[in-house]
Amino acid sequence: MRALHGIDLEVRRGEALGLVGESGCGKSVTWLAALGLLGGRARIGGEVLLEGRNLAGAPVAELERVRGRRIAMIFQDPSSSLNPVHRIGRQLGEALRLHRGLEGTALEAEAQRLLDRVGIADGKRRLGDYPHELSGGMNQRVMIAMALAGQPDLLIADEPTTALDATIQAQILELLAEIRRETRMAMVLISHDLGVVAENTDRVCVMYAGRIVEDAPIDTVFEAPAHPYTRGLLAALPELEGPRRMLVPIAGVVPEPANLPPGCSFAPRCDRRIEACGHAPPPATELAPQHRVACIRA
Amino acid sequence: MLRYLTGRLLRAVLTIFLVITFAFFVLHLSGDPAMMILSADAPPESVKAFRAAWGLDRPLWIQYLAYVWNALHGDLGNSMRDGRPAVQLVLERVPATLAITVPAFLLKLVIGIPAGIYAALHRNSAADRLTMMVSVAGFTVPSFVLALVLVLVFSVQLGWLPSAGSDRPTSAILPIVTLGIAGAAILARFTRSAMLEVLGQPYIRAASAKGLQWRTVVVRHALPNAAIPTTTIVGFMVGTLIAGAVVVESVFAWPGIGRLLVSSVSNRDLAVVQVILLLVAATMVTANIVVDVVYGWLDPRLRRGGARGR
Repeated sequence: MRALHGIDLEVRRGEALGLVGESGCGKSVTWLAALGLLGGRARIGGEVLLEGRNLAGAPVAELERVRGRRIAMIFQDPSSSLNPVHRIGRQLGEALRLHRGLEGTALEAEAQRLLDRVGIADGKRRLGDYPHELSGGMNQRVMIAMALAGQPDLLIADEPTTALDATIQAQILELLAEIRRETRMAMVLISHDLGVVAENTDRVCVMYAGRIVEDAPIDTVFEAPAHPYTRGLLAALPELEGPRRMLVPIAGVVPEPANLPPGCSFAPRCDRRIEACGHAPPPATELAPQHRVACIRA
Repeated sequence: MLRYLTGRLLRAVLTIFLVITFAFFVLHLSGDPAMMILSADAPPESVKAFRAAWGLDRPLWIQYLAYVWNALHGDLGNSMRDGRPAVQLVLERVPATLAITVPAFLLKLVIGIPAGIYAALHRNSAADRLTMMVSVAGFTVPSFVLALVLVLVFSVQLGWLPSAGSDRPTSAILPIVTLGIAGAAILARFTRSAMLEVLGQPYIRAASAKGLQWRTVVVRHALPNAAIPTTTIVGFMVGTLIAGAVVVESVFAWPGIGRLLVSSVSNRDLAVVQVILLLVAATMVTANIVVDVVYGWLDPRLRRGGARGR
């Protein structure tokens, strides 16, 4: 079964990129594949270039040096992303020892500093806690602290707030923004929520059924969305200002990965489709500088 | 913790009491010791005398109360066959049984757990399939069949090992292997599924994403977690150290508790059967309590309010 169909994606140093799409469209798989985290049974083709070095098919040892240190990742469900049988301090310390070679009191001091940095009060005591003794939001803060331990150049935040309460969501996103301002770390924010992405990133890639259908700066996406799917996502988004209007859902459902239509994957749900849409998947074309779209009707 | 343990202990005592009560009535209602021990064509007067001597002519509930009363005073009765205290008779057999069940238990651990871990880490590989095939065979073949096959190969064909008895140091090998193989098979399967369950958890992927080597991820983040469910089955195996060898002891004519149990049941040697059941229940219950304590040690989620959770 093929989950991705040629993802062409670039993250620049210090950039915040949003990756938007419905669940199952391949947002997370893209990054798990890039870091070699899909397990032995997944087959990955193409190139994953990190400053010119190809990670796809790279030896495991090389990937291990990239993970956590160059590219860190935080996940959707923070409470189950931490090992329930180890204390927070041990799990955080593990990352610090690995990436920074810290030991003993230096290790403890840095662990406390990191917890403090991610807004966990009373860090010294918290280091002795187990994940189940903390809330989901606290656990996500711990995950962020752990990601920061390696001082990465890029953080992949895979739906970091989906499992959290709305108020906590905002706090976590604000924390990520703050950290980015301080460290100039790049971030890929994976989300199904275009609103969340709009507020936290500079550029967005919209994914549909294993392909990137539109890649544009945030403002362009909101002002001049080119792909019918992107328009559909915007129409389904409530607005805070302006007159009240009906939200328009996108008709139909996402096709099964094993059962994709021969042409454009979105064609069956698209109100602008023409006959040619069913012939071949549309290539990505550049509408304007930094604005690419995969639609023959755009 | 203390309150929790006290509660567990009280329940343990209750369990043991129920086992004894149940066994008492089943044994008394299912056959007449006088007929079994004296043989069916013994003269009626000797049967009568035997019954009177052992109190079997009294109403059942009186016998029961008397038994419980005596038991509470430390007297678990005498064997009807040779008149010696049942406890003494049973305890004499314990070393022989442990001499095969303890090595068999170690064999289960040493083979079963690594095999299960290996199979899980190489899921769907040829080695995994082979391990699981052997494992299915290992626990679906009844132990007496396995015992006979081993005897056929190692005693009859190769002549390396004695087929039965306990007179030579090598006599224990076949009983130990028979017991060990079945247990190792069960344990391998259990360990494998526990490991697979853990390896599929998000924290494993998160640990890899952190940059830890796969070996470290397995040792630090998978094995301790997989040990939790595996403890259950290992605990159960500890519980069977006393009574788990009934069939194997019978096949190999090994003079342990299992064989004593079989002969005592067929003779309706009530006191002896009761003592064995008491011992079995006590080991099982103790093993369960130990498992609970180990659980709390392995899994911090169970530590606080563990007593509330049950």
